[in-house]
Amino acid sequence: MAIDQELKIEMGKQGVVVTTLQELYNWGRKSSVWPMQFGLACCAIEMIATTMARYDLARFGAEVFRPSPRQADLMIISGTVTKKMAPQVVRLYNQMGEPRYVIAMGACAISGGPFKQGYNVLKGIDRYIPVDVHIPGCPPRPEALLQAFITLQNKIQAQPLTGPNRPRHLDAEAQGEFPVPVQGEHDLEPTSNPGVWTVPVVIR
Amino acid sequence: MSSWTLQQSTNEHLAGWNRPQVIKPEGDGEVLEVSMGPHHPSTHGVFRMDVKLDGEKVIGLKPVFGYLHRNHEQLGEKLSYLAIMPYTDRLDYFCSLSNNWGYAMAVEKLAGLEVPERADHLRVILAELTRFQNHASWIGFLAQEMGASGTPLMYAFREREKILDLFEELTGSRMMCNYMRFGGCRVDPTAEWLSETRKVVQGLHKFVDEFENLLTGNEILMSRTQGVGVLSHDLAVNASVSGPMARASGVNYDIRKVDHYGIYDRFNFRVPLGEHGDIYDRYMVRVLEIRESLSILEQALKSVPGGPILDPKAKSRGIRPKAGEAYGRIEAPKGELGFYLISDGAGSPYRYRIRPPSFINLTVLEDMCLGHNVADAILILGSVDIVLGEVDR
Repeated sequence: MAIDQELKIEMGKQGVVVTTLQELYNWGRKSSVWPMQFGLACCAIEMIATTMARYDLARFGAEVFRPSPRQADLMIISGTVTKKMAPQVVRLYNQMGEPRYVIAMGACAISGGPFKQGYNVLKGIDRYIPVDVHIPGCPPRPEALLQAFITLQNKIQAQPLTGPNRPRHLDAEAQGEFPVPVQGEHDLEPTSNPGVWTVPVVIR
Repeated sequence: MSSWTLQQSTNEHLAGWNRPQVIKPEGDGEVLEVSMGPHHPSTHGVFRMDVKLDGEKVIGLKPVFGYLHRNHEQLGEKLSYLAIMPYTDRLDYFCSLSNNWGYAMAVEKLAGLEVPERADHLRVILAELTRFQNHASWIGFLAQEMGASGTPLMYAFREREKILDLFEELTGSRMMCNYMRFGGCRVDPTAEWLSETRKVVQGLHKFVDEFENLLTGNEILMSRTQGVGVLSHDLAVNASVSGPMARASGVNYDIRKVDHYGIYDRFNFRVPLGEHGDIYDRYMVRVLEIRESLSILEQALKSVPGGPILDPKAKSRGIRPKAGEAYGRIEAPKGELGFYLISDGAGSPYRYRIRPPSFINLTVLEDMCLGHNVADAILILGSVDIVLGEVDR
């Protein structure tokens, strides 16, 4: 149940904070999203630049880059995912604790980008793991990463704690482990995870 | 088209050259095999080292590549000559402008194009700015691997941002500049850009002094790096190691001096050489090199002539060089960067091959790491200065 906004502002003037559990809980979650220290290619350099003094990702509660997936909430896929690397990326995602979020940074992570025609490049990491925010660009500017981060925070803030759209860590039936692809004879097997990605239908 | 014979390439030809012998484990003889990477905070991307350990001591090391193999060379054979240019940006993504230059030089040799004076000056200015930001960031990363988490890197990136601003103003992109063209450059810089660059270059002197105050005499840095990861002069030569890695081992080989490409013979600069070949020497060589870069920059910025920036008979689109082959090489910040092209007269190269400096510098990784602690192996890997986009291509 939403609070009457006018009442909330009026109470705030009197020094009384009124909130819901959901707002408070989500406010806490969105303000401490720790990314994983995980760079793949060119975009990783822009990711490092984002954490440095000029752009300062720390302003959004994300200054702590954890090298271990067990301690991280957010995976920034920063660069080209090759077919040799894709099983490792899915495995790292599986090792992260719920709730976990993914930002696909750059054209390569979204679709293979300029290297899409290559025989060894995965055409988008969203074939195997669910992606929350996509950032276009090659590489995206640090401001774009900040924008994506704020978008993710807004997404976390808006998540209801009950109902079908509740976050995955509160959903006992949510899929925990994602199948890790293996290197087949010609390609990765399976070539995509049908629970996450289906071939898009073009409507003309 | 030339013919070539396939030569057997094994590490055995390095056997007589002061190569450390494989060490037998001591004590109970138990060997621990650790797979470091491909996700490891200190492997500079997606690189794996299969390390054999006797306690803390490294007794075997096998590098595993290919986690970022993006089919550069195969894609290049399908693309037009101009369309390869933006892909070269993504080779060594720290130094896109140096890569542009190497590739443009190979095509210029193939097509017989001349570069105007003004473009040559611009190329030198941009390549030296690139070298500066690469080496400064490298020092930051090296310090981070020693545990100075953040601070030196923050200083380095502060200056890097200033240089990237210049790149962005000139080329439109911070990192992927795509600036050089066959027979010149793409955009003519304004007078304001040149004066802004002069201002930035003046400020960089202060930064190097500050950086050196923090690091050069630092006790932790000295004790972690001196005598660690020694690469002998002979091994460096025989493994065809190039760039600051080779110069730290005392190999006097700088392509700017050897080839006199571009207009480097007009400038006054020295080539710093190391004596011991350890990590500290690699650090010192890079620090001295960026000081020399600043002096080249000042000389070049003083004498930028007017005139065109593109060879009038050059055309970028639809270039079809005559059948033949060419090898263009430059002194990239990481070493000798070469582009080998074979043309059969078509619009895209028949064969496109890159000689990546950081890949070839990595071949001596095991020789440098044997007998050291595993914590030092990380530092030694860092001192090679690899970028995986270039190693795996």
